[in-house]
Amino acid sequence: MTHHSAFSLFAKALGGHQDWPEQWPDAAPKPAYDAIIVGGGGHGLGAAYYLAKKYGITNVAVLEKGWIGGGNTGRNTTIIRSNYLYDESAHLYDHAVKLWDGLSQELNYNVMYSKRGVMMLAHNVHDVQSLQRHINANRLNGVDNEWLTPQQAKDYCPPLNISPDARHPVLGAALQRRGGTARHDSVAWGYARAAAALGVDIIQNCAVTAIRRGADGAVEGVETTRGPIATKRIGVSAAGNTSVVMQMAGLDFPLESYPLQALVSEPVKPTFPCVVMSNTVHAYMSQSDKGELVIGAGTDQYVSYSQRGALHIIEHTLAAICEIFPIYRRMRMLRTWGGIVDVTPDRSPILGKTPVKGLYVNCGWGTGGFKATPGAGDLLAYTMAKDEPHPINAPFNLDRFRNGRLIDEAAAAAVAH
Amino acid sequence: MILIHCPYCDEKRPEIEFANAGQAHVARPLDPSSQSDEEWEAYLFIRANPRGRHHERWRHVHGCGRFFNAVRDTVTDKFETTYKAGEPRR
Repeated sequence: MTHHSAFSLFAKALGGHQDWPEQWPDAAPKPAYDAIIVGGGGHGLGAAYYLAKKYGITNVAVLEKGWIGGGNTGRNTTIIRSNYLYDESAHLYDHAVKLWDGLSQELNYNVMYSKRGVMMLAHNVHDVQSLQRHINANRLNGVDNEWLTPQQAKDYCPPLNISPDARHPVLGAALQRRGGTARHDSVAWGYARAAAALGVDIIQNCAVTAIRRGADGAVEGVETTRGPIATKRIGVSAAGNTSVVMQMAGLDFPLESYPLQALVSEPVKPTFPCVVMSNTVHAYMSQSDKGELVIGAGTDQYVSYSQRGALHIIEHTLAAICEIFPIYRRMRMLRTWGGIVDVTPDRSPILGKTPVKGLYVNCGWGTGGFKATPGAGDLLAYTMAKDEPHPINAPFNLDRFRNGRLIDEAAAAAVAH
Repeated sequence: MILIHCPYCDEKRPEIEFANAGQAHVARPLDPSSQSDEEWEAYLFIRANPRGRHHERWRHVHGCGRFFNAVRDTVTDKFETTYKAGEPRR
């Protein structure tokens, strides 16, 4: 693996960027591995990287049915934050935010993590009380979050309409300054490159079709579209398709998969300095470094694997965006797309062991998995290496739907999550 | 936007008139106090979530207001059929 640096970038620029080598080899499956990760998104690639880097398990394959980062990793709105209400969630998401901090250096790949701040708007009395409760809970957990008056919010994000006559008046905002954005493709590519350098095989166009189990019930391998592969440890990190993969092992999961849409505008000069979210009217927006406004819409109401959603969902979001940021009313939208998100009943992820020996799962991140990418990868790797969950992900077990110990961020976050 | 046939109104109407009400034919236990934790988990939380043919409930909220069942393909989003509540699973 060639080392990236300002000097190497400059040298390649002199050559017209013509001689960049491939960043990692396109591997073919071997007959057996010590561990297999199903799903080559950020979470799965991250798990493979940390298995090799922190836990010394380098004979690992990542199986991706499509191409690397072509699922939800390449379809999200790249927002990073950790201002979750409950202790378990705050620890989980803040673990990820701490890893985001040094990620570019660690991977020697610029993931463009930008701490531009995530501001959540309050439009009514309930919002004010709810956000202030979040701020207090976050601070007790060591997560930064602060209250802004409408004028302070406007100073932080000038396009914001704080007129008292606005359709959605701004009564204040909660700001997490450590929150921000990162370049989603770079995260997948950076993890893939760093994992491959440590010996991990990254295998694309390789869909898992069955999970093989021995007489004692433990996993023995997988059948794939590129032949059978033997392994004793399988980590499933398949987002919207988790239910389908789990049924191969005879497990029914508390998940439903919905389309979630996002869209980008034509690129314009920098006008929008931070991330703004409004849970009440369901709109969130940031501006990419390319200049596009990146806008997140809501989920469709029905279960679907179609990777596209209905137009009225987008219209609803854009109507809200136009009211909150009137300067963008004439912006033209360039592209819309959908990804399939796996949603749990309590809107918290499932990350840990399953009833099948050797089968581990990282799923249920719903509409907010990108922010957790490094943390989820690290914790899935820990759980697979030690055959027991890390204290941070121990509460996010599958048993909570049986014993009732839910982590109900559904009620806490209301909608946008 | 998808068009949905309401079996009561006998009309195809746009999706925004309807509310999805989750998986169909999930029967509430007749004797709740006799249920084990596993049975409660299955009733409350476990869902089929199939990639393909899916049975689901819809409610024509901005129409007749009634619940009905539907069979839809979750990959194409195409409705195979809709039928009245209480009718056998298709």
